[in-house]
Amino acid sequence: MSARRVMGIETEFGVSVPGHPTMNAMVTSSHIVNSYARLVGLDRPTLAHWDYERETPLRDARGFDMSRSDAHPSQLTDEDDSELGLANLILTNGSRFYVDHAHPEYSTPEVTNPRDAVLWDRAGTVIAQRAANAGPVFDGQKIRLYKNNVDNKGASYGCHENYLMKRATPFAEIVRTLIPFFVTRQLFTGTGRLGKGSEGQRKEFQISQRADYFEVEVGLETTLKRPLINTRDEPHADPEKYRRLHVIIGDANLSDKATLLKLGSTSIVLSMIEAGISFGDTLDIKDPVRELTRVSYDTSLTHQLTMSTGASQTAIEIQFRILEAAVSFCERQSQVDGDTREVLHLWQSTLESLQRDPMECVSTIDWVAKMSLMQGYIRRDNCSWDDPRLALLDLQYSDIDPTRGVAAKLEEKGALTRIFTDAEVDFAVENPPSDTRAFFRGECIRRYPDNIAAASWDSVVFDTGGDTLLRVPTLEPLKGTKDSVLAVLDASPTAAELLDSLRDPP
Amino acid sequence: MPSQDRIQSRGSKREDSLDEAEVTSVDSAQASRAELDQDVDSILDEIDDLLEVNAEDFVKSFVQKGGQ
Repeated sequence: MSARRVMGIETEFGVSVPGHPTMNAMVTSSHIVNSYARLVGLDRPTLAHWDYERETPLRDARGFDMSRSDAHPSQLTDEDDSELGLANLILTNGSRFYVDHAHPEYSTPEVTNPRDAVLWDRAGTVIAQRAANAGPVFDGQKIRLYKNNVDNKGASYGCHENYLMKRATPFAEIVRTLIPFFVTRQLFTGTGRLGKGSEGQRKEFQISQRADYFEVEVGLETTLKRPLINTRDEPHADPEKYRRLHVIIGDANLSDKATLLKLGSTSIVLSMIEAGISFGDTLDIKDPVRELTRVSYDTSLTHQLTMSTGASQTAIEIQFRILEAAVSFCERQSQVDGDTREVLHLWQSTLESLQRDPMECVSTIDWVAKMSLMQGYIRRDNCSWDDPRLALLDLQYSDIDPTRGVAAKLEEKGALTRIFTDAEVDFAVENPPSDTRAFFRGECIRRYPDNIAAASWDSVVFDTGGDTLLRVPTLEPLKGTKDSVLAVLDASPTAAELLDSLRDPP
Repeated sequence: MPSQDRIQSRGSKREDSLDEAEVTSVDSAQASRAELDQDVDSILDEIDDLLEVNAEDFVKSFVQKGGQ
């Protein structure tokens, strides 16, 4: 069992220009991505293409394909957006930075552990902010980007996690354990939201940004009738061996520790499921969709969830059950890696703190950090929850500009714990992780930018001026690492030489 | 719980630094609450300067299209 596995995070940023609420978000999002392309010298038409050949967004993990005519247009993500003029970049750090519907989106490169996920996720926030700084100005206002999930006018947008899993694991087992885990992990993944209901009608604080936007337990959609468990089955890897679990239920976190715990605990739970560990019916929740909201609405953390067996448990109790199973599973292994130990330790100390007094998590868990500031205003100024400054605080917490963002201010004051230094984040802005295929992808973009016709998670397509393009498949996420390809890259000053070496290894 | 002690005692550089960071989080609840209020107040003073001037209009004009 381990917290380590191939994983990644996708973040859709909120995008707005102050004073221009009706500005077309597809246009502002395109400005952001194109500004970054110019800033880093990737503004060439050859790099504007995503290789969609293997993308199958309508394949369902339950085993059937949806027909295209049944699908809502927003589900058709593989129609070549570049024809609509929507920008699409693959960066030297192996990430993808592009326009998804009406938001700029950053997808981290594939990483092998939760710490690296935190680092390359942070790199994405820096990339997006540099793009905004370099972007256009409208009546003296630059485009502003927010790492959040709601506008409190009815719209919600995602921060998705991806985990590579063994294909052989039965999907029904994944669903059964993940539902109670997801309903209750909000306790540490929640970023907090002032407002209840899809339009934030009631000015009350809740733990999660996303809880009000889920309608079904399991399903393929991500924009309509959102499911707790998304069944999109598009592994971006050998489909015989792998599935990619696409998790859409999480909040975008500003806190490094929250991101670390979110990715790490989820990965550990997946490895228990892969090992065949079952909780039987003991964690089955009677009505998980409704309980998701009830858990989110209960900042006292005392709500009793009704279980299918008729018993009742609090969210913390359910989390402790899962954690204890993870620890005892871990105990039976001869070796436990440092990433796993770190996550188990953080998971345990976080749950214990939440149980004693959530305020103990004020420097690590976003909803607690945010709520403590709001409560501070209420105490200091004797105001109420409907004071407009609190709604602004809710929004501005997630402003990614370090000169304006409230979470960034907390970090600057040492009130929100950072894991990585600015120098480490800057490295991840430029460079790919060394231990996945993202290394090959990122280095190809850096070294041969004029010869890359397209790229995707599982391919790099070269154009070396001949009659045909050459597609280098990268179907194995753990091949194309620094150890395996650096020598051949260093020995290949041109793309043509690289392709010769790959075709005919020395 | 002995099982968890064992995990922690295996130790690593990462964990040692984590342990230090967490020493502060186990102070007695009341003392830390008063301390927290003070800390929050000093942070609020800075956030006052940070927040956009017209809170209500600013929040109203933040309108997004739905996403995934």
